[in-house]
Amino acid sequence: MLSPAFLSKLRSLLPAHCVLNEREDLLPFESDGLAVYRNTPDVVALPEDEAQVAAILKLCHAHRVAVVARGAGTGLSGGALPVDGAVLLVLSKLNRIKAIDPLARTAVVEPGVRNLAISEAAAVHNLYYAPDPSSQIACSIGGNVAENSGGVHCLKYGLTVHNILKLRAWTIAGQLLEIGGESLDSPGYDLLALLTGSEGMLAVITEVTVKLLPRPERAQVVLAAFDDVATAGAAVGNIIAAGVIPAGLEMMDRLAIQAAEAFVHAGYPLDCAALLLCEVDGVNEEVSDDLYIVREVLEASGATEIRTAESEQERLKFWAGRKAAFPAVGRLSPDYYCMDGTIPRTQLPHVLARISEMSAEYGLAVANVFHAGDGNLHPLILFDANQPGELEKAEAFGSRILELCVEVGGTITGEHGVGLEKIKQMCVQFAIPELTRFNEVKTAFDPDTLLNPGKAVPELHRCAEWGAMRVHDGQLPHPELPRF
Amino acid sequence: MLQEISERVRAAYASDSPLIIQGGGSKTFYGNADEGEVLSTRALTGVVDYQPKELVLTARASTPLADIEALLAAHSQMLAFEPPCFGGPATLGGCIAAGLSGPRRPYAGAARDFVLGVRMIDGSGQALRFGGQVIKNVAGYDVSRLMVGALGTLGLLTEVSLKVLPKPAEEISLQFELDEATAIRRMNEWAGQPLPLSATSWHAGLLTLRLSGAASAVHAAQARLGGDALKDGSAFWQRLRDQTAPFFDKRPLWRLAVRPTTPPLNLGYAQWIEWGGAVRWLAAELQPAVLRTTVKGAGGHATLFRGDTPADGAFTPLAPALAVLHRNLKQRFDPRGILNRGRLYPEF
Repeated sequence: MLSPAFLSKLRSLLPAHCVLNEREDLLPFESDGLAVYRNTPDVVALPEDEAQVAAILKLCHAHRVAVVARGAGTGLSGGALPVDGAVLLVLSKLNRIKAIDPLARTAVVEPGVRNLAISEAAAVHNLYYAPDPSSQIACSIGGNVAENSGGVHCLKYGLTVHNILKLRAWTIAGQLLEIGGESLDSPGYDLLALLTGSEGMLAVITEVTVKLLPRPERAQVVLAAFDDVATAGAAVGNIIAAGVIPAGLEMMDRLAIQAAEAFVHAGYPLDCAALLLCEVDGVNEEVSDDLYIVREVLEASGATEIRTAESEQERLKFWAGRKAAFPAVGRLSPDYYCMDGTIPRTQLPHVLARISEMSAEYGLAVANVFHAGDGNLHPLILFDANQPGELEKAEAFGSRILELCVEVGGTITGEHGVGLEKIKQMCVQFAIPELTRFNEVKTAFDPDTLLNPGKAVPELHRCAEWGAMRVHDGQLPHPELPRF
Repeated sequence: MLQEISERVRAAYASDSPLIIQGGGSKTFYGNADEGEVLSTRALTGVVDYQPKELVLTARASTPLADIEALLAAHSQMLAFEPPCFGGPATLGGCIAAGLSGPRRPYAGAARDFVLGVRMIDGSGQALRFGGQVIKNVAGYDVSRLMVGALGTLGLLTEVSLKVLPKPAEEISLQFELDEATAIRRMNEWAGQPLPLSATSWHAGLLTLRLSGAASAVHAAQARLGGDALKDGSAFWQRLRDQTAPFFDKRPLWRLAVRPTTPPLNLGYAQWIEWGGAVRWLAAELQPAVLRTTVKGAGGHATLFRGDTPADGAFTPLAPALAVLHRNLKQRFDPRGILNRGRLYPEF
């Protein structure tokens, strides 16, 4: 609990309407996009400018009060879950687009600016901001930097880390850090990369300079159906081997296809085991050439049906099914749990077969949606939280999927972050020396571990308590035991 | 070999004696003078894994860049950041530790953008592994990218995994006679349009640019832009990348990194501009303080690239708050400051 003296000091820093600590005001902030984890914050601070952010951090530092930064709250790993006795620092009011420089192709924005709002503001110059996480109408750029967000186009256009130039950020001690610059590199260590994806553990961002790209002249999508997922997976590799880097390359399995089709009527074939959506974009002539190659490769790779979207309307329809896959799966079951592992693509058939075995073992259905180009797999585990024990079962199943991803040479999180959700699996993916170093990197910025404590990187003794251990030579100790 | 290197580092840690990490030695001119005994990584060679369909290559640190590029070329792939070799036996480890990229950088990304994972030995001799061999990975802090450009001061790289890309089917280079100011404006205007640009340069009244991609796209862009096609375009870009053009022989050679739209920096000496205007090479005896101030005003920083190091070091000194973080990080990765002491900043 925060002391009345601290709260009154906090109130003195901000206008009255910017500090919330009545229960009904706090409830909207009790979770992020991963709603199975909830915790009512002690107090919410909603600063309206950078100076207020700095003042809050200094106050918290002086009182050794922890701070959890939060943007739009769309994160999927519990990274912005309130921590007891901490201030929840919500940056959504810092939502100004400060400058757009069309010639230098940059935009300077505050952290609360929505991802899509940047592209909307740049559209008049025929420019856009490339990373497009599926939550882009709601998620904000500060959170994108904190999570190193990707999107369906990241195989070609990169993640957040590839698309930002400069940050203004504050340490917990209230020290301003100006990281990166307006040129293409900066002297010293690459702190821009270190802060990107650091999940609010190192500093609080108050300004981001992003790169803008020219909008592609043309984009076109091809849909291909396959009789089995392994053939579809091989087709993805063949497209890349043919020298094409598609702008988007997505795969869905049978359950995901059926759910999406029932929900948005995208026109997907329903008699196939896997569906591939391959989008190529760029200059007009290049798109024509690439489309030709992609169709040839798909045919040679055993696609049972190949359709090119004939109009922009049809292209959007093809995508609508994929983009609605999560809510569509949500209609099949009272609850679903979205996982986020990355695997080497060649391991896809093996991983999907193992997931399907585990699905039978746990008695929980799974729909698979796959950013096939970059190996990022999103199994959606269907469950009913109202049935006693099902949530625990879903979580146990999920953690075994993540361990499987590590076993085949992948990672427990491709784009959603560790947050609170995957903190135990960090003990599986990393050995003690690396975890130790992560904790030391943390204290290089935040010696008292006041920023987002308990998230992203586990304390070592917790790994021992959880009994979680790193996979060694592909073998977990006691592989027969469910882990959680 | 790995064992041996790690024992050398442990021994150096125990006796508090500095080490100079050396691979191919092609970039010894870069950075500040370091001190200590040379620790060669030359034995750490070989491609560990290369999966063209996964777009991922993993190789030991001293694998020659030339070998890697030849292997990739055999599969019509490439290192898209076009790393410079400076005509020497450059290695992968040195390439990543120096973090330097070539002409394609503004359009395809820098060395740091393609690093997926590293294995390394820190300043206490501890072997560590960060990142991995997959393109998307957000578990833990991005320590792999932190190593890029750290000049070995945070650890000795033993293995690096990189994302690779297909080689463009066609490349042509075009030349235009243009004054400096117009050339800078054009480079930026064109970069804001959907054109298959992959490199830009301006020097001595000539704007040179490279178009890369599908043959049809490259030829359509050529028809639109005009200019004179360069007969041996690839030799031109290689001379710029490896600095074998005579312009780069003069000392001191400064690298001025600026906001790409920065108008001509009237410093009284000829410059060679690349990276869409974001890098200006300058060979002239000018006061470092004057250069640093000018370039800071243009949103960037100045590096003494070749020649005698100025009193404040080869790289632009860090703001105090960042200097503290650098020292903290150095202390965690190399507690006794034995790895490439002074190479990046004289104080560590």
